[in-house]
Amino acid sequence: MFNIERWKEIFQSIQKNKLRTILSGTTVSLGILIFIVLFGLGEGLKNSYSDLFLRQANNVLFLYPGKTTKPYGGFKTNRRIEFDNSDISDIRNNFSDRIELINPTIRYGDLIRYKLESYDFSIIAVSPSNQYIEGNVLMKGRYINEKDINNKSKVVVIGRIVARDIFKTEEPIGKFINIGSRTYKVVGVFQDLDGDNQESFLYIPYTTRQQILMGSDKVGNISLTFDEKLGGSGALKLENEIKTFLKKKKSIDPSDPSGIRTRNVADELDRSMQFAGALQIIVAFVGIGTLIAGIIGISNIMVFIVKERTKELGVRKALGAKPSEIIKMILTESIFITSISGFLGMALGITFLNTVDKGLQDYFITRPEVGLSTAFFATIVLIIFGVIAGYIPAKRAAKIKPIVALNDE
Amino acid sequence: MIEINKLHKSYDMGSSSLHVLKGINFCVDDGELVAIMGSSGSGKSTLLNILGMLDSADNGTYDLDKIRIENLDENTAAEYRNKFLGFVFQSFNLINYKNALENVALPLYYQGIPRKVRQKTALSFLEKVGLKDWAAHLPSELSGGQKQRVAIARALASKPKVLLADEPTGALDSNTSIEVMALIQQINNEGKTILVVTHEHDIAKMCKRIVHLKDGIIVEDKKIKQNILKNV
Repeated sequence: MFNIERWKEIFQSIQKNKLRTILSGTTVSLGILIFIVLFGLGEGLKNSYSDLFLRQANNVLFLYPGKTTKPYGGFKTNRRIEFDNSDISDIRNNFSDRIELINPTIRYGDLIRYKLESYDFSIIAVSPSNQYIEGNVLMKGRYINEKDINNKSKVVVIGRIVARDIFKTEEPIGKFINIGSRTYKVVGVFQDLDGDNQESFLYIPYTTRQQILMGSDKVGNISLTFDEKLGGSGALKLENEIKTFLKKKKSIDPSDPSGIRTRNVADELDRSMQFAGALQIIVAFVGIGTLIAGIIGISNIMVFIVKERTKELGVRKALGAKPSEIIKMILTESIFITSISGFLGMALGITFLNTVDKGLQDYFITRPEVGLSTAFFATIVLIIFGVIAGYIPAKRAAKIKPIVALNDE
Repeated sequence: MIEINKLHKSYDMGSSSLHVLKGINFCVDDGELVAIMGSSGSGKSTLLNILGMLDSADNGTYDLDKIRIENLDENTAAEYRNKFLGFVFQSFNLINYKNALENVALPLYYQGIPRKVRQKTALSFLEKVGLKDWAAHLPSELSGGQKQRVAIARALASKPKVLLADEPTGALDSNTSIEVMALIQQINNEGKTILVVTHEHDIAKMCKRIVHLKDGIIVEDKKIKQNILKNV
């Protein structure tokens, strides 16, 4: 392969035929460049998508009480179902093998006051598990803890927006605010990546709320997390089992769709990941299409190059070039040009992606990037096809009788 | 030097076949300058191509310097062409992106001679054809006569046994033709065997022997009194 004399011949041929070299080099560079940019942008799109859905815990099941739509077990239709503390412990006891956290929530509205101002935000009475389930990130202080639950403490954890509106530049931790007629101590501030809406809540211990409601044991909704190893179908099974269990406990017709409703994040996630997967397929399709276009381009150019050189090859043969010498010359030249321009295109593509990295977030593209192995693979595929595309016409040209080649005009 | 016996060649033309050479017997001694004449279609170019191993015969024998040329594979043919033969074409066939020196050095490249030696040898041959000062010029910067002289230098560079010239003056005006023929005579006088295919009587008369081809057979083969040209 390495023959200094042949390389000198090839360098001369490349140098003296600039148009040809630029033409074929540009085709390869462009093919790889477009492939990498498209692939990178596609990845970015996918990244945005999965970021959007993966911020929240995804092994979460929500249970909502509703109104019955069918009479059952002596009860009339249109009965309002409510959850209470016994449901929490029953679920925990019966499904302990699969359930990890369980979080009762009671949402309500009440007048919020600090100093002379009053504010309007939603208040949710929760358990410590809420932090993980909602994906709340603490900025200051602490979250609601087990001690608060046991002591029914009058503490509140507030969202970033709440803190900003109520306390402005003041330090919120340790301050007291009024919710309804009672005074709560602010113990923490959280943020939530899902947006402002999620940061406009005030969380208090659910036991505190129950105590205020005259020792009620009612809870609003129940959210729980399950073992991630269950997977999509396991989660669905658990969802149905809990539903059946609660319906039986609360004497609801098993076929009533409305008495207890559930929402399974895993199920939603499955669907969104399917969408992301479809995106990936489209991206791969476009990428492969670009590569094929590049391959066809370089093939055409190789055919053209060999055709253009037919007479020269005839002269070389008349002067004593062996067919193998002809093939080697054309192939080495084509490998050289495709390799150099292929890797140039690759470098340009990667540089481009790195340059636009942050600028495309408005277009729903996050971290556009291509794995180095993918980039190398694509480049090498193009080089290999460039070689094959060069080999076929080169072999044909080497076979042409010199006399025919010489007469080629 | 060249001995051919009962040489036949026909070309397939679809349904029929065209019998171009119909039994050629022909000998060339060392140092001869032979003109092969004939109208177009007489088979003179075919004969030259077979002699040049650019084409192969169907039947008959061909010996070049006592080597039997038959059933050559492409590689051997390439090697023989390189070692034994020098070609001069009507259309010069210089490689357009190589300068005069590089064109002349090309056959030496295929002999595997190192670059430095190649260039030195090529330069000496360019000097021989009077174009030493034009070594760095591309073919497009040379006149027709100069191009043909570069081509002759290239044909000589590999020190072949026989020089084959196919209508070497076909693309040149009469003054330039005479220049080129004078060069050919000079090379011949130095002892090189040369075959010239031509259809021009003037040119043929500048050789030492005329072989007349008609319809694929030799109709006349005679030594002539050479029209010696002054060295230009």
